[in-house]
Amino acid sequence: MNFREYRIGSRAFGVAFGLSMSITLFFPSFDLAASIVSEVGLDKQLTSGWDSGWQIADPLLNGLNKPLKVLVRKDPKTGEPMEPVYAYVYPAGTSLPNGVTHTANLGKGVEELSVKQGRVTEAKKENGAVFLIKKSDQLLTFEDKPLSYMENATATKGWTPDEVLKQAADSDVLHAGSGKTMFVREGCWWCHTLLPEQTQDWQVFGAPPMLGDFNGESPTAFGSDRKGPDLLHVGSRNASREWMMLHFFNPRLVQPHSIMPRFDYLWGEVDADGKKIDFKKWRSEYDEYREGKITTPPDVPMYAKDSEIRNLIDFVVNLK
Amino acid sequence: MILKYLFAKNEAIPVGSAAIFFGFSAIIWFMIGTGLGSFNAAKLAFPDFVTGTEMFAFGHMRQVHVLAVIFGWISMAFAMAMMYITPILGNTRLWSEKLGLWNCMMWNISLLLGLTLLWMGVTSGREYSDFPWPLDLAVAAFISIPLAVNVWMTIIKRRTQGIYTTNWFFAASTFMLIIVFLVGNLPEYFHLTGLTEAYMTWWFAHNVLGLWITPVAAAIAYYVIPKVTGNPLYSHRIGHLHFWSIVVFYSTPAAHHLMSAPLPEWLKSFASVEGVLILVPAIAFVSNILLTMQGKWNMFVENLEVRFTVVGVLLAIPLNMQGGFQQTRSINWYIHGTGWMVAHAHLALLGFSTFLEAAAVYLGLQTLMKRKLYSLTLGNLHFWLLLIGFSTYWISMTIAGLIQGAGKIYEVPYIDVVIAEHPYMIARWLGGTMVFSSTILWLYNMWMTAREGTVIPAGRMPHELAYER
Repeated sequence: MNFREYRIGSRAFGVAFGLSMSITLFFPSFDLAASIVSEVGLDKQLTSGWDSGWQIADPLLNGLNKPLKVLVRKDPKTGEPMEPVYAYVYPAGTSLPNGVTHTANLGKGVEELSVKQGRVTEAKKENGAVFLIKKSDQLLTFEDKPLSYMENATATKGWTPDEVLKQAADSDVLHAGSGKTMFVREGCWWCHTLLPEQTQDWQVFGAPPMLGDFNGESPTAFGSDRKGPDLLHVGSRNASREWMMLHFFNPRLVQPHSIMPRFDYLWGEVDADGKKIDFKKWRSEYDEYREGKITTPPDVPMYAKDSEIRNLIDFVVNLK
Repeated sequence: MILKYLFAKNEAIPVGSAAIFFGFSAIIWFMIGTGLGSFNAAKLAFPDFVTGTEMFAFGHMRQVHVLAVIFGWISMAFAMAMMYITPILGNTRLWSEKLGLWNCMMWNISLLLGLTLLWMGVTSGREYSDFPWPLDLAVAAFISIPLAVNVWMTIIKRRTQGIYTTNWFFAASTFMLIIVFLVGNLPEYFHLTGLTEAYMTWWFAHNVLGLWITPVAAAIAYYVIPKVTGNPLYSHRIGHLHFWSIVVFYSTPAAHHLMSAPLPEWLKSFASVEGVLILVPAIAFVSNILLTMQGKWNMFVENLEVRFTVVGVLLAIPLNMQGGFQQTRSINWYIHGTGWMVAHAHLALLGFSTFLEAAAVYLGLQTLMKRKLYSLTLGNLHFWLLLIGFSTYWISMTIAGLIQGAGKIYEVPYIDVVIAEHPYMIARWLGGTMVFSSTILWLYNMWMTAREGTVIPAGRMPHELAYER
């Protein structure tokens, strides 16, 4: 570095690169940090929990360390019927979502409501917690929508995870959190975006997401390369579990031109009755059906309650 | 052969060992990467091809293809180029052959480990930064930092007064890669979430292309063309313009990858304008190299390395015309998320950059092993299979993308788009398979060069000898 030019050059390089880092990282961070979480954003982060990609508590992405989304029809304390409401159940030991551990991420207004009225900071990972989404009278300044916030029902109502789970029918429990892990692990997002575009897509795929719809979600799994339809609102278009089941087992059963892979391996070893699933037999019968030797395809086995495909279907139908 | 030098004294290691090790590793990763690509393309054309196994599901293999090509083929070819070009331009030896050998071995091991885990589904769920953060740290510690130290020390210890254009790029890009890699993965170390994470994901993806792959590939052309043709670089000043406009313009448009996400509007507009300015370094680079070719255009036909380099440079023209304009709002809304982008990404990595790296690996391995290329016929076959295979891929995916874009805005049911794309999916698979086959020929050719290529006499360059087969 003997030349004056090189000294000047390396300083100029530092200035140029530093300026670009400021403009692209430092300045946007103020805008992004100022975003106020919406009701959609609260639902997403409470449904998917701490993280849906690799995490120490779930190194092989088996859907561990995840909450359950439960439709509560009876008061868990008294057993009295009540107006149905979704509760987000974090069994003891489950990592709490980002908005609870870092309340500042909820944004102005929501943070105060969640801490003061919702008492979210009293939730403890060791004991588990049950969360609800509440609407306040305050309006979001730019959208004219009522501000929603998180409530720690374990603190405010005394609902414990065990009580809520005990009174709920299995069909009212959505394993959507674990399902998002399946969505990430199986690479669904390599072909299906979760981001309807701002300039079109309104008619077919529904409204594009708004600022505040993502706070606390990780990864967002927007996807960049669409080889199948956008899925952000798929549960509003098609919430049939039977259709989803057939489609995941072999997409060509319900859509002959689909290029989606078969996800039959997510059924695991056994079906809902605990009987071993004979994939080999199923495939050879399906091949006969394709060749026109038999007129109907073989029946798709009903998945077991604790199978990975159940998680994934729960996640997909929950994408409203 | 290489392993015995890992614990040898630095002086006892033959010059070029690290570069040769890197060169062959790069070709092998290229074969693996394109093989996976061809396999994936077959699945998109024929969805029931190898089905029902988690390990062979498309969603498990797509990212392995991408990262094998970026970290295995492209980046290792870059390391190979740096380990032999940097010392030559400084009229010195590589600072540490031993560090280079360890770098290469650890690179292969961490990449193999990372890709195996990724294949199993162990992912952060972020495109291009798919590795979980412990592996990101391994990549920084074993891949990018040792490489950078070796390059910088070689430049500092040079025995020339000035630093040639190629070495500015090498020194700056290795530095920027470390920063981009460590900063771009911040969301994983510190669990940053939401839009911040999405934006940082694309900040990383944009900058790893713009500050690592594009400038280093260009730097290779700055070396190969003057060296082989014997013409001096057309203009040192245009080289300056290229270098500074890369640093200023190419490092800023990250947000144009997320034009339809609810990011701040000022950021998207800013990114879009800066994105058009990418044409400044692009035009500077292309014109500088093509003008350097003046009077030596016969070598474009006769010499394999020059042909690879010039084709790479020519492919930079459509690449940057697409890249500059497709991210503006008026075009992006049509082609975003379609096969057009897949075609563009392959134009950048398989067209522009692969041709330049292939030239560097051809030239470097012949120079360092002091062996003339075993077979020009195989070399030509490699070139034409690569070019025709790539073109087939690029054209078919561009058409598929335009169909998809039209389907998107006219609200055609998605399945009709899938049906319309089917013939182009088959064409893409054929093109990809041609590329894959060409890499097998190349590996064989280089292997035979090492064993049976004519020995190049001391003081001679490979291109001064006639081809024999």
